[in-house]
Amino acid sequence: MRADLEIIADWIPAGSRVLDLGCGDGTLLSWLRQHRNVDGLGVEINQDSIIRCIEKGVPVVQKNLDTGLTNFGDKSFDVVIMSQSLQQMKAPHKTLNEMLRIGREAIVTFPNFGYWNTRRYLFFLGRMPMSKILPYSWFDTPNIHLCTCRDFERLCRDQKARIRQSTVLDSQHQKRRAIRLLPNLLGEIAIYHVDKPHTATAQGAA
Amino acid sequence: MTDQNTGQPADLDPDHGKVRSVGIVEPQVMTFDEPLPLRSGRTLDHYELVYETYGELNESASNAILICHALSGHHHAAGYHSEQDSKPGWWDACIGPGKAIDTERYFVVSLNNLGGCHGSTGPQSINPDTGKQWGPDFPVMAVRDWVKSQARLADRLGIECWLAVVGGSLGGMQALRWSIDYPDRLRGAAAIASAPKLTAQNIAFNEVARQAIINDPSFHHGHYAEHGDYPKQGLMLARMLGHITYLSDAGMREKFGRDLKTGTLSFDYDVDFQVESYLRHQGENFSSTFDANTYLLMTKALDYFDPAADHDHDLARCLAQAKARFLVVAFSTDWRFAPERSEEIVNALIHAGKDVSYLEIDAPQGHDAFLFPIKPYVRALSGFLARLTEEAEQASEVTHAG
Repeated sequence: MRADLEIIADWIPAGSRVLDLGCGDGTLLSWLRQHRNVDGLGVEINQDSIIRCIEKGVPVVQKNLDTGLTNFGDKSFDVVIMSQSLQQMKAPHKTLNEMLRIGREAIVTFPNFGYWNTRRYLFFLGRMPMSKILPYSWFDTPNIHLCTCRDFERLCRDQKARIRQSTVLDSQHQKRRAIRLLPNLLGEIAIYHVDKPHTATAQGAA
Repeated sequence: MTDQNTGQPADLDPDHGKVRSVGIVEPQVMTFDEPLPLRSGRTLDHYELVYETYGELNESASNAILICHALSGHHHAAGYHSEQDSKPGWWDACIGPGKAIDTERYFVVSLNNLGGCHGSTGPQSINPDTGKQWGPDFPVMAVRDWVKSQARLADRLGIECWLAVVGGSLGGMQALRWSIDYPDRLRGAAAIASAPKLTAQNIAFNEVARQAIINDPSFHHGHYAEHGDYPKQGLMLARMLGHITYLSDAGMREKFGRDLKTGTLSFDYDVDFQVESYLRHQGENFSSTFDANTYLLMTKALDYFDPAADHDHDLARCLAQAKARFLVVAFSTDWRFAPERSEEIVNALIHAGKDVSYLEIDAPQGHDAFLFPIKPYVRALSGFLARLTEEAEQASEVTHAG
């Protein structure tokens, strides 16, 4: 399993109800179902991925993430995950808000645009950075809303979301000690675990 | 876009072109003497169900799949009745060796529903009380009545729990009803191109079809058989109307365009365009093979279906009792049972915390798309069934180990 997915898996309590937005071929949910007894649902738009989920026994529904989340009930999931897709949303701030409405907690991963090599690319070449995790040309990319760790943290603050924990991975997808000091510079993939404290405490009443 | 070798649309299952069929099949009849209480308040004391089976039931009877038919369907879903048969069963594209519903793995049961006109007890059967055909006096059936009769058929076939109940359109409604009324008797429910209830527009189409039949002078208040007559014009119109709603605008444009039948305009009121000719042909064929009272009954069953009505119109609450895994499939150009209607089912299942997967398949065929072996649809359905099989096997291992 991808390193970022392994970290996410560690953050998810056994037996919880998990919604994975942009679940791909269902690798994470399949693992969580088998090892953590998680009750999971995936949302995906790519039909080939959806079929692979079905073949794995991962429940998955075809929905457009930009428009299709309104039908999910408030706090109807324990954890809502979005890995490597937030930067592809039309309105990431609304998506994050929706995730925290639907779930008690949210886990978000994205390519950190503040990564030193991205900055180097832009600084020295003067062109939009491309890399293994950002492989698209600027004119033909699904990544329309890239951000840095600092940008995301600002968004969380604006939305009154609490960052419970976060980490970054380097280009080898390793979680090295050194990069903890300068995550926005040394981390290529950012992983955030957030919630909204005031709504989380209201759960008993729901 | 078509495949150059076969001339078939490229997204159709390539295996479909090969002659892989269940072969010659023979309908069977099961007789029931236990009275069947109906939703209408009436009772059917004695009835027969005609059905076909394809494939072999395994030792643990865990590989059985029930096929539920739609408005004009019947028990003959796959294979041929004789060597001379030019056309296979109505869902032969998806049922057979190596097909979406693989008869090398599954035991497939397909029946003609009560009230039908293909052999099961219906308006054309003799009413034991009068010694005459039931005709319009045959009880109006509800989807739950069919499901109850199907459960009794399952009892007699030794099937305690279906691997899956599968149906398109009205058949999908039966799959849903199964999951609600007999939660322990199916592992999976596949509702394809279906809806949790009809919309006003949909009921309106049915009503126009019914009026066409009922107002045909040959209808004789439903007693046409006694007059040696049948409402041919009415049935034709009903079918023509229905047919338009089963196709998509794009599909019709692609199939017929504005092509002329004879190449020139006639300047009279006979057939000019190919589409007119096609509809008349379809209507005529249908009117000579389908019973008008059955048509009326089937459309009423569609109109009345609304399982949430018993639960304060809360579909999620209604489906809360279901235990099956669900596969819901819709087709992009289906406007009679639009994807939004399937999404209502999906959203209710999610609210109810059920295991559901949903796909909207891109297909030009409109509502009829569910009959075609469109590749992603076939893969999703076969993947769903394969997964259910694995789970059934795991469950039986646990039982045996225990």
